[in-house]
Amino acid sequence: MRKVAIYGKGGIGKSTTTQNTVAGLVELGRKVMVVGCDPKADSTRLLLGGLAQKSVLDTLREEGEDVELEDIRKQGYGGTWCVESGGPEPGVGCAGRGIITSINMLESLGAYEESEELDYAFYDVLGDVVCGGFAMPIRDGKAEEIYIVVSGEMMAMYAANNISKGIMKFAQSGSVRLGGLICNSRAVDNEQEMIEEFAKKLGTQMIYFVPRDNDVQRAEINRKTVIEWKPEVPQADKYRGLAKAIDANDKFVIPTPLEIEELEQLLMNYGLMQAA
Amino acid sequence: MATTTKKKMVQWDPADVKAELLSKYPPKVARKRAKQIMINEALENETPQISANVRTTPGIITMRGCTYAGCKGVIMGPTRDIVNLVHGPIGCSFYAWLTRRNQTDAGDDGANFMNYCFSTDMQDSDIIFGGEKKLKQAIQEAYDLFHPKSIAVFATCPVGLIGDDIHTVSKQMKEKFGDCNVYAFSCEGYKGVSQSAGHHIANNQVFRHIVGENDEVKPGKYKINLLGEYNIGGDGFEIDRIFKKCGITNIATFSGNSTYDQFASAHTADLNAVMCHRSINYVADMLETKYGIPWIKVNFIGADSTAKSLRKIAQYFDDQELTAKVEEVIAEEMPEVEASRADVMPRTEGKTAMMFVGGSRAHHYQDLFNEMGMKTISAGYEFAHRDDYEGRQVLPTLKVDADSRNIEEIEVEADETRYSPRKTPEELQALEDAGLKFKHYDGLAPDMQNGTLIIDDLNQYEAEKLVELMKPDIFCAGIKEKFSIQKLGVPMKQLHSYDSGGPYAGFKGAINFYNEIDRLVNSRVWSYMKAPWQENPQLSATYGWE
Repeated sequence: MRKVAIYGKGGIGKSTTTQNTVAGLVELGRKVMVVGCDPKADSTRLLLGGLAQKSVLDTLREEGEDVELEDIRKQGYGGTWCVESGGPEPGVGCAGRGIITSINMLESLGAYEESEELDYAFYDVLGDVVCGGFAMPIRDGKAEEIYIVVSGEMMAMYAANNISKGIMKFAQSGSVRLGGLICNSRAVDNEQEMIEEFAKKLGTQMIYFVPRDNDVQRAEINRKTVIEWKPEVPQADKYRGLAKAIDANDKFVIPTPLEIEELEQLLMNYGLMQAA
Repeated sequence: MATTTKKKMVQWDPADVKAELLSKYPPKVARKRAKQIMINEALENETPQISANVRTTPGIITMRGCTYAGCKGVIMGPTRDIVNLVHGPIGCSFYAWLTRRNQTDAGDDGANFMNYCFSTDMQDSDIIFGGEKKLKQAIQEAYDLFHPKSIAVFATCPVGLIGDDIHTVSKQMKEKFGDCNVYAFSCEGYKGVSQSAGHHIANNQVFRHIVGENDEVKPGKYKINLLGEYNIGGDGFEIDRIFKKCGITNIATFSGNSTYDQFASAHTADLNAVMCHRSINYVADMLETKYGIPWIKVNFIGADSTAKSLRKIAQYFDDQELTAKVEEVIAEEMPEVEASRADVMPRTEGKTAMMFVGGSRAHHYQDLFNEMGMKTISAGYEFAHRDDYEGRQVLPTLKVDADSRNIEEIEVEADETRYSPRKTPEELQALEDAGLKFKHYDGLAPDMQNGTLIIDDLNQYEAEKLVELMKPDIFCAGIKEKFSIQKLGVPMKQLHSYDSGGPYAGFKGAINFYNEIDRLVNSRVWSYMKAPWQENPQLSATYGWE
């Protein structure tokens, strides 16, 4: 089983990209579990056709310790297992601790056992690496390969660089590696070239370039992944391509994060090219 | 000439001891510790500077406690009719409960919650979803069960991390009840460098939420508050016995065997007598600024010190009747003390002691040892600031750092209606001229002999090294140090909890102490510390690196 975590700046499209890619993997015949690590519990909406999932932490709170695996996971598109960690309302408690608890819960209930015959476990993690709890999927080998969703916007690259620092820290003591950057295009100038160069500097690859297409939003309104909503549209093929790239990926590295000056220089170089 | 034999410390030189203590440290740590180890020169008001109230270097096994321990354990723990509710995992509450042997007497009203351990018992899910609801429930439950006058809420580390708003919860519950004062202390253990930060936090909230709540004037001619007395082993009971005999009315003790009402009416006293300067001087200062009550430093540890402190109080009230009564009491109490002293003196005179405890105790107890002819060769505090070592004259020069800035300083102004200076400036000046010093504390250093070692924030390694080098006849500290010191064959007396003894304050307490120390320093049990195989091994070997 490959254990994959998707990180990236808030709002960059991690959940959307994860679910659409998972749909592509399903078409390839892979058995996948998606674990949403976001208190909003909206990481599996497209696979489940709506926000119908009861989170691990809500279940734990209501049912006590006596929880069955079937209480906290639900089958979605193409037989994918969907789990939402859940968490407190904004402004109270500790969501990081919640993620630690729910991943431990899943492990003790045997969600990752060989008998489950999973090919992939995907962790969809909120925002940046904000505290120890959110770093949980990349600690202790919970996730072994990381993909960072990024765009050509500065703050997205800044976040990607920060996440790389987190990965580097844990990679030195564990098995986690960076698998590549997924460019979720915001249609900025020279985006593909810039992210390719950025990936190179991080010691990794831009594993795929996902162009901007409003079909993604149309599919979301229908609570579906693009592949499920309209398998024939060009964007569906893009996600199939990303799924294949991940499925075939064998380039796993310890990233080499950039200094801030270096990152800004990169932005300037590609920004000036456009001005010229 | 190169010699491999170590210099024997028969006649130890303090500079050698200091060098030896520092020799194992990495250079940076040694530099920092060097500033916290002072060879005393005993020059009044010109003692060399010591570094204190600074962070302990990580990795050093410090004797210090945490901020929560200072707030809940030290200041609020000894109160008897306030429900002290700890918001946190159960261990923080359980291990801060009754461990200091603060004694209580339920008195006429019968309210005494000391024998209960209150906690919200936070669980994993409370950390994740926030613990405010559970705290509310716990406050309600305590109220329903006991109907206390007051409930105090204490934050433990996780509460600060997850951001539960304990102050708002407390305020809401106070408004809901109407007849129960509820307030909270943000005394998370990680705040500040030691328990000292917790004392300050406790002082602030006690002053903000309780002092001044009851204006009823209690009867009594000579009304004082006793600040910084925690009734360990019944010390406070002995001091109160003496006060009563002298006709002095103790309005409020902060905080041994204290009640909510004592704190609430503390502003009706006419003098504040400060025992533990470190833990409570903030309240003394605030009481003076807001209500006009002056404060003096006293010490009831040691019979001579007790007599001296009583005379200071009498001098303040400047009343012939009180002065005569105080002299009468001293004359009545002292013969028994002197008989006991004469009894132990042949066995204790010339013996040596070390003391590493508190923010005042390492100073106060030297008086008792002096009375027995014993010399304190090294002493220091766990959590004191520079003023407790060098005297309050250094206060304006204290550096404000990030850690001290972290603790709130509350601004106090003279109360519009209740501020009333107990003495005119002229009267105060006359008393000062006669030798009664107000707002004054000289600190530990001037009272210690030349060449003694004053060490701040001692740690386990240095403690063992000191004992090994200087071989004191008794070592005084707390429970964490007790057994490692005893294993070195040196008697150990806990001055936080008094082991199972006490009281040691006042006249009767002094007698208890003389007898206890006589018993400890003259016991032959310590010569049997070595097991037979340590003296005569059947097999011996050396380590590879030796």
